[in-house]
Amino acid sequence: MTRNTKPLSLRVPEPSGRPGDTPDFSHLKLDVAGAVDRPPVDARPVQMLDLAFRLVRVLDDEGTAVGPWNPRLDAETLKKGLKAMILTRAFDDRMHRAHRQGKTSFYMKCTGEEAIAVAQGMILSREDMGFPTYRQQGLLIARGYPLVEMMNQIYSNASDPIKGRQLPIMYSAKDYGFFTISGNLGTQVPQAVGWAMASAYKGDDKIAISWIGDGATAEGDFHNALTFAAVYRAPVILNVVNNQWAISSFQGIAGGMETTFASKAIGYGLPALRVDGNDFLAVWAATQWAEERARSNQGATVIELFTYRGAPHSTSDDPSRYRPGDEHEKWPLGDPIVRLKQHLIALGEWSDEQQAEAEADAVEQVRAAGKASEAIGTLGQSRPSVKTMFEDVFATDDWRLTEQRREVGV
Amino acid sequence: MVDQTHAPASEAPEAPAVAPMNMIQALNSAIDVKMAEDPNVLSFGEDAGYFGGVFRVTDKLQEKHGLTRSFDAPISECGIVAAAIGMGAYGIRPVVEIQFADYIYPAYDQIVSEAAKMRYRSGGQFTSPITIRSPYGGGIFGGQTHSQSPEALFTHIAGLKVVIPSNPYDAKGLLTAAIEDDDPVVFFEPKRLYNGPFDGWHQNPVSPWKTQELAQVPTGKYSIPLGKARVMREGNDVTVLAYGSMVWVSLAGADHAGVDAEVIDLRSLVPLDIETIEASVKKTGRCVIVHEAPKTSGYGGELSALVQERCFYHLEAPVTRVAGWDTPYPHAFEWEYFPGPQRVSDALKSVMAGGR
Repeated sequence: MTRNTKPLSLRVPEPSGRPGDTPDFSHLKLDVAGAVDRPPVDARPVQMLDLAFRLVRVLDDEGTAVGPWNPRLDAETLKKGLKAMILTRAFDDRMHRAHRQGKTSFYMKCTGEEAIAVAQGMILSREDMGFPTYRQQGLLIARGYPLVEMMNQIYSNASDPIKGRQLPIMYSAKDYGFFTISGNLGTQVPQAVGWAMASAYKGDDKIAISWIGDGATAEGDFHNALTFAAVYRAPVILNVVNNQWAISSFQGIAGGMETTFASKAIGYGLPALRVDGNDFLAVWAATQWAEERARSNQGATVIELFTYRGAPHSTSDDPSRYRPGDEHEKWPLGDPIVRLKQHLIALGEWSDEQQAEAEADAVEQVRAAGKASEAIGTLGQSRPSVKTMFEDVFATDDWRLTEQRREVGV
Repeated sequence: MVDQTHAPASEAPEAPAVAPMNMIQALNSAIDVKMAEDPNVLSFGEDAGYFGGVFRVTDKLQEKHGLTRSFDAPISECGIVAAAIGMGAYGIRPVVEIQFADYIYPAYDQIVSEAAKMRYRSGGQFTSPITIRSPYGGGIFGGQTHSQSPEALFTHIAGLKVVIPSNPYDAKGLLTAAIEDDDPVVFFEPKRLYNGPFDGWHQNPVSPWKTQELAQVPTGKYSIPLGKARVMREGNDVTVLAYGSMVWVSLAGADHAGVDAEVIDLRSLVPLDIETIEASVKKTGRCVIVHEAPKTSGYGGELSALVQERCFYHLEAPVTRVAGWDTPYPHAFEWEYFPGPQRVSDALKSVMAGGR
């Protein structure tokens, strides 16, 4: 038996800045755009271990797309993506205000992370199934899901597609490839693997895609999902959205100080990519690479999307209590909307005027949808029939539910 | 005693219509027949593929139906159930095995927060038509982690069905119904009954199923609707509500007490056959509830409350519970822990005397 010469001490990780501090991102190792190699899609995971620690970036500081990961998207696709991101931000802003006006109980913005769900929602088909967490509203918006329906869900009003049963923003949209969101974090990831296994079992061509936050990677579900994905070679894309913050716990508390989240895939034998999540083109390219692997029966890919949660965790959160107030503005990877706009302008396909026009148009779309939804009613002003409270517990009601419904008098 | 109303109308001419089976064989037959009929039925779990499960319930299913339909899973109960939920959302009907009910807790969140709530929280867009099979209960000297009866943890959860057979015929019919059910079903298999009925007198030799009428199991497909109790023995003086291995303990206890007891096997706890319970207690005026799970907050508490709410003015004695003690399951004291016929007999005599 050995004896320690000095007393042991417990380390608790701390972020680089707290309220009042100057934001400091000097510890981040950020590859310059174009610096990371793009392996062939059939590369073995062991041949690309470095990608779990590098950062795939396409857009450089001037807004030029460079390097092997450049997906070479046409201008129309880029504009569609930009507009969907602008619309997502406008939607978030209005619904955040709606919360402040007492029209709903809760809201969560995805400010700064719009490129992720928008790009990935555009690449994959609606036939594929997305297993989102609560910051992928851009997926629905990019696919043209009616904003009014989203708002009806947020207001739990009489036209709420899920009948007033779920917390606002926990959408379900099967026809849009959007799985029902759970408040218990991480549960959707092994479910996505199961869905993908079913598609493979059936000899289908559909794949699944899931998202989890950096914080929730500490949940067992994440690790179970990686095991199952690797064992059964499930056609699934497993995203970790590292937005630096799990409410007030910085990503180091989930294990991000010791290694990258992408690298957690390595021990499972899965390929890992670490990607600039604020770079629409990089997100697109990495997802396309993973998609091709999945569709060609080579199994799952883990993608860490490196980004920053600009807004509070939710309307119930105040980030000024735990991080430097201007940390988001100092985020070295910038703003995904500004970067894509800059790229389109550099291509000669866009202008500041068009940007202003697109932003005004988004605000108008959201305003019109807001009016339509509010005409149906906001929280407490309108709701589905109380009778529906007792429905859908089972496929067929049993006597307990029938009796209890009668007790309520509906 | 065999419920003929759900027997199949016809059988393939070359196959025997009925064969003697123990519970393991009957459960195996249920999955086998469903897999043959429906390519969307998959079976997986720890050791459940090649080896056919540690209790052999999935024996030879891989050989018969192929590697991708009956396979081994990582030792990850949570992963097994979560994968099943994803498959269910896709349109598959997975039948997964949790090797022992004591190991179901790692999967608890996926069962309770996910499978159970899927239909409700998505407004009916997504469903979870999965069956979670698991051997449960004591009587095999399994110690704390191979003996528990966690059914009450699941009956409390909105959106889950909980089924517990007590004999081979019911086991096959109920499991078939569970697989066909569009909702998630937790299917607990009383492992003490796998090889033979168990009268709770631990000094008695185990009698094999083959001597029992309920071991005559149709080889083809049949199902028993969930939510229909079976009256195992008619009687006029007291109603005994039991399920799983306690059905046989209750029958032995009634014999021992020499009481004209009506013994009801609930077969499914959710949905519950309240009509049969209510009619019986109103007839007998007395009720004894028997389960092997700990007494406090056990399913017997719910049954007792229901009987009291619905039959109070018919009762001639307090509703009485015979249950496992409120201790962890003790290895060396299994026969003191496990409710046996003597305790059932004492309870029956007590309620016949007007209660304590």
